[in-house]
Amino acid sequence: MAKEMIKPYGDTLNDGMVQLAFTLPVAGGPRAKKAAELYVAKLNFTDIAVSFSREIADGFTYFVVYAKALPELDYSTVQATEARVTKLDFYRINELIKTHINRPLVVVGASIGSDAHTVGIDAIMNMKGYNQDYGLERYPQIEAINMGAQVGCEELVARAVEVSADALLVSQTVTQKDVHLANFTELIELLEAEKIRDRFLLVAGGPRISNDLAVELGYDAGFGPGTVPSQVASYMVTTLLRRKGVTGFVD
Amino acid sequence: MAHIELDEKKINRLKSLARQVAEQVQEMIADYSTVSVERAVLRLYGVDGVDGDGTPLVNRLVELLQAKEMLSAGISRYFALAMLTSGRDAQTTALQLVNGDIEFAEQGRFPPEEISAKEQDLALSAVAALDATRQRKAEKQKRYPLGPQPWKYVIVATGNIYEDRTQARAVARSGADIIAVIRSTAQSLLDYIPYGATTEGFGGTFATQENFRIMRAALDEECAATGRYLRLVNYASGLCMAEIAVCAALEDLDMLLNDSMYGILFRDINIKRTFVDQHFSRLICGRAKIIINTGEDNYLTTSDAVENAHTVTASQLINEALGRFSLLTDDLLGLGHAFEIDPTMKNGFLYELAHAQLTRQLFPEAPLKYMPPTKYKSTDIFFSHCQDTMFNLASIATNQGIHLAGMLTEAIHTPLMHDRYQSISAINYVFDTARDLGSEIEFKKDGIVAGRARQVMAETEAFLEEVRVEGLMQAIAAGKFAGIKRREEGGKGLDGVFKKAPNYSNPILARLEKEGVING
Ligand code: B12
Repeated sequence: MAKEMIKPYGDTLNDGMVQLAFTLPVAGGPRAKKAAELYVAKLNFTDIAVSFSREIADGFTYFVVYAKALPELDYSTVQATEARVTKLDFYRINELIKTHINRPLVVVGASIGSDAHTVGIDAIMNMKGYNQDYGLERYPQIEAINMGAQVGCEELVARAVEVSADALLVSQTVTQKDVHLANFTELIELLEAEKIRDRFLLVAGGPRISNDLAVELGYDAGFGPGTVPSQVASYMVTTLLRRKGVTGFVD
Repeated sequence: MAHIELDEKKINRLKSLARQVAEQVQEMIADYSTVSVERAVLRLYGVDGVDGDGTPLVNRLVELLQAKEMLSAGISRYFALAMLTSGRDAQTTALQLVNGDIEFAEQGRFPPEEISAKEQDLALSAVAALDATRQRKAEKQKRYPLGPQPWKYVIVATGNIYEDRTQARAVARSGADIIAVIRSTAQSLLDYIPYGATTEGFGGTFATQENFRIMRAALDEECAATGRYLRLVNYASGLCMAEIAVCAALEDLDMLLNDSMYGILFRDINIKRTFVDQHFSRLICGRAKIIINTGEDNYLTTSDAVENAHTVTASQLINEALGRFSLLTDDLLGLGHAFEIDPTMKNGFLYELAHAQLTRQLFPEAPLKYMPPTKYKSTDIFFSHCQDTMFNLASIATNQGIHLAGMLTEAIHTPLMHDRYQSISAINYVFDTARDLGSEIEFKKDGIVAGRARQVMAETEAFLEEVRVEGLMQAIAAGKFAGIKRREEGGKGLDGVFKKAPNYSNPILARLEKEGVING
């Protein structure tokens, strides 16, 4: 493949223009400004202009800096995944479940660990949905069980087993000190320990979640900001059908 | 002052409906106590510290009494008797009880009058401690005057109290009036207060008495350095409401998030538990002159800010009425509301002005807590900063009391040092450049703003009428607040609630209720 070299853009192609803002733990003054400039130089920038500097606390100085980046990146080598979604609409999804699965799809969702944020998982599951897109509860062919927030992994797994869930939807919003990674991993480990990992389609979601990250953690897919319910429903149906060997469901 | 013409009769009607709703709750509260209330009593009697496993002694003592099935009479009397038996101070007596050197007993060798007298002594010095913090704060505020409202309120949340201290000092120098230390994720679900200085927390720092002390000491130094009084805030809502109020009072805190409705809806705390805890907690706040903050702003993160504006207003009215039953005066009612309308809505800012101005006029003397946009915050920090600027303008124009600083990184992470700097500089700018805007404004009589305010009032009235008929518990169970449903018998902490026996004794509660509001 042909190389495709890129660099940040300001007002001229390949000018490398970047804006930075940061604080150094030093008192303000000319020396601090110089330190900011030298530090940015160490990051491999040139034409460095410290446009603003101010001591914002005793011994802490804040800077706004413009600089030009040197490195180039070959864009042709860049890859990122998105959950494989054949986008289907509400009616088509229900129809596919009805004709090929022959019973409602059972989906259990929760925000796990001590995370109390429900708005994300509600956006996907609640009747009302998100951004003019109906939530899973509205789908006649989906039995959506939303356990809410602060749900322990054991509790979630027990429920999933009890209702013979097809898919688990797991949400994490708090990411400070990587607590979301710990929680996601705990769930996987629990499922593996009980040897039931493969029973469920595992879907992760939240503001800091990407499909790459979710897959790396052992989930089947991950969804980030702006996700709408029909995307998730499409993903679940098409994946489950593919696993059953049903294909050709896209008109 | 900006002004919207509102019908006084309608306002009185709203207040009376809210009082009737609160009355029903207050009747329930009178019959119950909780493990947290009893632990708060012990703390005020002078018991502190933890055992070898890190369990607070106050928890151990309440459990000991519970095991003997004697808790329904309250711990006060039994503890007073134990002190008479040990002949030592409260702390030593607590240790002896925990070590099994002495035991809680129904009757010792002391006559009932002597036990009662001991209880009264203990309660007297407990209340004296609450009076002392009030007086210390008043003294400091004479020396270091408070800035004008809206007071600039900023959070620190590093998880490490010493790092928090550095951050707090920084923002105090930038002009903040109020520093809040956000609690570690899920502390509200712990049925005990952790002990000592802490350096590890998620999304916040543990609320401990020692952490309170460390931060208060640092802010006292900043008061001296800046010549302004700096208020310290923490969070009481949760399973330890009453106890946290005690720790806060003992360490001269100025404000506490103190709202059962928040605990019920957003942390799934049991309804009964938290209303009982709240009453004692608020009595302590009243006596110690701690401003309470309520959490109505949160309703608008789970339900729409335009569609459900009236639920915020209704809840504020109920919180005001409940606050009155716990003897809180207007100057201590930091009722919450927020700037959370979808920024893409046409004339959304006018609606925000209407909501803010209505709240101002319904509670003219209360230091209203005004929350910045959070839910619709963009991860584009530059746009997010614009959203905060509009919020700052609404706040100064409608003369709000406690202004929570919006952060340009709200949708990303807990604030960094320079996020706070950006925020405070923008607030300083808007508040100065538009300082007297409010007193220049008269809202058009039949304009969008006035019309909206009257509409919210009408919706609030209809809503409160429904809540009055079915009762607050039923309304909560039906998901009428924040779109979240909670059952009376569900949630965390119900096992810590008990019905008071006829011989129940809590002389601190009795004294605070009887003596009423004390100023000076
Ligand atoms: C609302 C809110 C709250 C409310 C939550 C109410 C509720 N019932 O949910 C309340 C006030 C209770 C709250 C509390 C706290 N919060 Co909060 N909160 C927010 C806020 C303002 C909005 C979050 C939100 O609702 N977004 C809207 C939804 C629709 O977006 P979403 O979650 O990204 O969901 C979408 C996608 O991600 C995806 N998705 C999400 N989940 C899933 C799951 C699946 C399976 C799928 C497929 C998709 C999916 O689909 C959704 C629709 O597109 C954010 C700031 C912000 N603007 O982001 C802070 C924020 C998330 N909170 C934060 C913090 C720290 C807290 C606290 C821990 C603070 C404290 N110390 O007390 C507490 C504690 C709560 C706890 N134990 O978890 C931080 C998190 C920082 C971090 N990165 O770790 C933030 C970023 C604020 C900040 N800057 O400090 N919070």
